[in-house]
Amino acid sequence: MNFVMTPEQESIRKMVREFAEKSLAPTAAERDEKELFSREIMDQIGELGIFGLPYPEEYGGAGSDFVSYAIAVEEISRVCASTGIGLSVHVSLCAWPIFKYGTEEQKQKYLRPLAEGTQLGAFGLTEPNAGTDAAAGSTIAVKDGDSYVINGSKVFNTNGGEAEIEVIFAATDKAAGLKGLSAFIVEKGTPGFTYGKKEIKMGIRASVQRELIFENCRVPAANLLGKEGEGFKIAMTTLDGGRIGVAAQAVGIAQAALDAAVKYSKERVQFGKPIAANQAISFMLADMATKLDAARLLTYRAAYNKSNHLSYSKEAAMAKMFASDAAMSITTDAVQIFGGYGYSREYPVERLMRDAKITQIYEGTNQAMRMVVSGSILR
Amino acid sequence: MEIVVCVKQVPDTTEVKIDPATNTLIRQGVPSIVNPFDKNALEAALQLKEAYGGKVTVLSMGPPQAKDALKECLAMGADAAILISDRAFGGSDTLATSYTLASAIRKLGNCDIILFGKQAIDGDTAQVGPETAEHLGVAQVTYASRIEVSGDVARIERESEEGYEIIEVKLPAVVTVIKTLNYEPRYPSVKGTMKANRAEIPVWTAADLTVEEGRLGLKGSPTQVRNIFTPPRRVQGVIIARDTAREAVAELLQKLTEAKIV
Repeated sequence: MNFVMTPEQESIRKMVREFAEKSLAPTAAERDEKELFSREIMDQIGELGIFGLPYPEEYGGAGSDFVSYAIAVEEISRVCASTGIGLSVHVSLCAWPIFKYGTEEQKQKYLRPLAEGTQLGAFGLTEPNAGTDAAAGSTIAVKDGDSYVINGSKVFNTNGGEAEIEVIFAATDKAAGLKGLSAFIVEKGTPGFTYGKKEIKMGIRASVQRELIFENCRVPAANLLGKEGEGFKIAMTTLDGGRIGVAAQAVGIAQAALDAAVKYSKERVQFGKPIAANQAISFMLADMATKLDAARLLTYRAAYNKSNHLSYSKEAAMAKMFASDAAMSITTDAVQIFGGYGYSREYPVERLMRDAKITQIYEGTNQAMRMVVSGSILR
Repeated sequence: MEIVVCVKQVPDTTEVKIDPATNTLIRQGVPSIVNPFDKNALEAALQLKEAYGGKVTVLSMGPPQAKDALKECLAMGADAAILISDRAFGGSDTLATSYTLASAIRKLGNCDIILFGKQAIDGDTAQVGPETAEHLGVAQVTYASRIEVSGDVARIERESEEGYEIIEVKLPAVVTVIKTLNYEPRYPSVKGTMKANRAEIPVWTAADLTVEEGRLGLKGSPTQVRNIFTPPRRVQGVIIARDTAREAVAELLQKLTEAKIV
């Protein structure tokens, strides 16, 4: 058993941290306040090769692994969780299903620009009436000659409106239920594919979530990902990996909260001593640090399993639910330690608390995670 | 175009502690970084390579851990890195350092342009670049903020307090680079970082260079450091503004007398 990062993982952490602190930190609060999605930042991340971290060099990737990728999401999210989820969705939810299920032609056409960072990716599964019950969606795709005609809509689409490449799901055989769902690669600008409203949110306000609308949108049959009817399997295995990204995002947010709380409790003097000298505070910090460590280890273990072709569905679900719950609790405690200043928007911890909440909800609610974990152990 | 960049690994602070017994820097516990001006020089080198083609080789003289600095340069995009390291080089002043670097540059051969940061943030001498040019017998331009090359001539903008001079110089030449927006160091990329990680950095010792032993290390260093200190900050002066010069002078004399200066 080895709990030490490889020199490669260590140097990627250093590299991403330097980028995040110099390029993202100065504008993170402002982008949150003004709800500004920055395409420039995503392009920079692409240029640095971060989008290609876990993918082979033959598809424009760096040939590293999913632990390095999790570290990158963590370090970006430590500074800006909004950017963290944009990165995670691009790599885990858009590039990965193409890498795993795509034809060689699809990989060259779509995975390569995603890994090289010249195009941005997104993933559309959720619909207004189909959240955890993903098969209840009403988007349909009808085969017509050499193409599919898609009708329907998707909501909460991260990177939506910005992404050049969308992996979306539609029923090719509504009567078949789960087995009638299929996955498609849809390019931005395809006639009949437009965007609806942008979500106005509590947290991750500098990331964009938008409605996708398909009205007689004709997609080449060559853009069917996998086979007809494989959509549900593709969606679920993709989300297994996405959860590693969300867990890493939660770890990054929690690390930022702990760092801020430690610093503040050493500096803030009340009754003639720093508040960290009170056990009420120092024990809170101890609990925060312990939860964070456990969350990080679960996250890296899931990423390690994925890199080494071991099963990771249960592990990723555990990591996602534990890390997101830990992030919620750690950020809430950080706000408490900051007291009135913690509630103020002048200090960073309230943003962390708002950002943490979504990690308990998206890419499978933590209740759904418990369904995955219990389903796995009761099998 | 063969481009060489000489870099120094320095402690990550502008005000490091000095060992009072030896008058040298206490490096323990201080994280090490690539000297910031050297990163500007490397950025200039990478831009020259992008514009004119060629190869960027980074040299550093220092202890074995200076490999970390060289790896950072490889991660930024340098093609090759060589560490010049030997116990015999220990205690080198700027003269011995520049002598050793010049020997290494000669061993590399065929260098068109040799770049340095304008100075290192620990020693702050700004001597190693110019001295290396003297050892090599090539032209030098210091404090460059822009470098363009056509044929075997470099056209360089040299910053000074009044503005900038434009200097044309025949290559090969040594150029020292200032911190400038033109050469804002790029971030290392993922691929560069991974390549740097896997890179084996060759180490050249004194035996690999054509050098006179007496000119290396402490023996080759005529500089004796008596004391290193941060000069005290100048306190703000007092302006004595009165209606007449007579009144002002009277008050000045009184103050000077009180301070026992006159």
